[in-house]
Amino acid sequence: MRLPARALVVALPYLWLLLFFAVPFLIVLKISLSDVELAIPPYKPLLTWTAQHVLQIRLDLQNYGFLFTDHLYIDAFLNSIRVALVSTVICLLIGYPMAYGIARARAKTRNVLLLLVVLPFWTSQLLRVYAWIGLFKANGVINAILLHLGLIRAPLTMLFTPFAMYVGIVYSYLPFVILPLYANLEKMDWQLVEAALDLGCRPWQAFLKVTLPLSRNGILAASMLVFIPAVGEYVIPTLLGGPNALMIGRILWDEFFANRDWPVASAVAIVMLLLLVPFMMWYQRLQAREAGAGS
Amino acid sequence: MGGNEDRVAGTAPWNDPEARPYVELVRVSKSFGDFKAVDDVSLKIYRGEIFCLLGASGCGKTTLLRMLGGFETPSTGRILIDGVDVTDVPPYERPVNMMFQSYALFPHFNVEQNVAFGLKQDRVPKAEIRERVAAMLDLVKLGDYAKRRVSQLSGGQRQRVALARALVKQPKLLLLDEPLGALDKKLREHTQFELIGLQEKLGVTFLVVTHDQEEAMTLASRIAVMDHGEIVQAGTPAEIYEFPVSRFVADFIGSVNIFEGQLIEDEPEYVRIASEEFGGTIFVNHGISSPPGAAVWAAVRPEKIGMTLAPPAGTDNVARGVVEEIAYLGDQSIYLVRLPGGKRVRVTQPNVSRHAESIGRDQEVHLSFDPSSPVVLTR
Repeated sequence: MRLPARALVVALPYLWLLLFFAVPFLIVLKISLSDVELAIPPYKPLLTWTAQHVLQIRLDLQNYGFLFTDHLYIDAFLNSIRVALVSTVICLLIGYPMAYGIARARAKTRNVLLLLVVLPFWTSQLLRVYAWIGLFKANGVINAILLHLGLIRAPLTMLFTPFAMYVGIVYSYLPFVILPLYANLEKMDWQLVEAALDLGCRPWQAFLKVTLPLSRNGILAASMLVFIPAVGEYVIPTLLGGPNALMIGRILWDEFFANRDWPVASAVAIVMLLLLVPFMMWYQRLQAREAGAGS
Repeated sequence: MGGNEDRVAGTAPWNDPEARPYVELVRVSKSFGDFKAVDDVSLKIYRGEIFCLLGASGCGKTTLLRMLGGFETPSTGRILIDGVDVTDVPPYERPVNMMFQSYALFPHFNVEQNVAFGLKQDRVPKAEIRERVAAMLDLVKLGDYAKRRVSQLSGGQRQRVALARALVKQPKLLLLDEPLGALDKKLREHTQFELIGLQEKLGVTFLVVTHDQEEAMTLASRIAVMDHGEIVQAGTPAEIYEFPVSRFVADFIGSVNIFEGQLIEDEPEYVRIASEEFGGTIFVNHGISSPPGAAVWAAVRPEKIGMTLAPPAGTDNVARGVVEEIAYLGDQSIYLVRLPGGKRVRVTQPNVSRHAESIGRDQEVHLSFDPSSPVVLTR
């Protein structure tokens, strides 16, 4: 019987997903259907034995209803999506030219440039975001330089503004745009661009008609890699965006730790997940198609 | 001389000093760093020619082609097309189109859109585009494939789409980079003649780059043989085959037997060469201008050597050898004959009769050739 060994190999990743994804997800789902209680853990159990020895299941859907009656949650969801969208667009606008430049550089330069793109990962993301605080704050580096040059008279307020938050998000997610775009552009047949030039295209027309459409899959992959995590981003809006940055990640944290309302926090998490599932599925399909086209 | 050159409008404009060249390269060089890819090339191509640049990979032929297409700028020299200096004109403004070796068809367009691409770019009216694309697709026999995606086409069909895409713009000069390189042998032969037919019908001047001497011989009105960035010889296929100027050219085009020797008699009407390799003297009935005693080489084509069992008359241009190897090719056979000095001579004999297996391996044979057959080379 060779089957067990083979089954084991296949089962391993499934087991992993079951243990570390499906089970936690079910626990969160369970909590989201429960009620707050002053206890440890701070919610009512789903299953209870009544005095009559009946197993009673209580599913409370009110947490979900609550999310849609309070404007705070809807606003936070919408705001998160907007911030993620804007960040994705900015990331693409900056990342595409960089990926293009790397793909067209000479092989030697290319490796150095790629190393530079990945280099920030060697430091913790938290540290890098804190470093931006040092740059942005009232008596920070940027204000000091501008004051010294006489360009401004009073320090600019940059920290805890949407500007600082976008800078933080774009900075953090830029490598996730550059790498898939580079992988896509690196496979590009540049002779196609020459053919377009030969047939009468100016360089920018050749870019719009050939390079850009052919890198479509890379652009979509890069967008998903920024958009999906940016929707749930917590650290950057909190540290750079200040108290007014109403993001769903913040709400989640507040409900969980400040309000100790685990059921509502879980409901928020579930809704966020459901919101992102269509995008993830789309991304998966895209990846499958890309792999299929490559072979 | 007959042959391919008759196709060109008028006959042999390159022999007419009054004829105006259509494409002219004036002392063109191109260096990449220290490497000289193209070295001082001057060339005149006439209207309606199929001109072949022939050479091994790395000889500079592709760089020359890319300079004509506008993808590289010459380091020095000028390029003129139809009397206009285009040296610094970018590719999108040149009256030149290119058929790429990889075909470079746009994978996100179908056949029709690929062919229409250049016309759309020139803002040709839509109705005219439709008409010209349809006519061109019919011409390359792809009328039924207009809506196919490129990935659904065979190699030969892709080649024809690439050709149609470049020709539909009616360029003054069409550049073809190894146009048949990606096709299998049978299809290649067929396509060669299709290409010639198409060129005759449209009258577009072709510049073909190839490493395949057979392809060059079939297609070209004239061939320029390139080596190390220089043009070693330019002429009609027959000129290059029958009168190569150097051992390199003689060896590159077809197969050849080269015998090293010393000039012992040098008269205006004839020369006599003593060759140890050949094991005798070689008598050639045309003169060259080199001092007696100089080292020269006599080149004789395999099909111009006769092979007999009985000794031929005379003492010049005869040698004795032993058949070492026979390759039967159907229409002809190739014999490798070993001379007493160790030199191996290649001889080809047409298989005129069906059962003639008179000469076998290890048989002693006599070789001879006509005094008009050898070419005397000094380099």
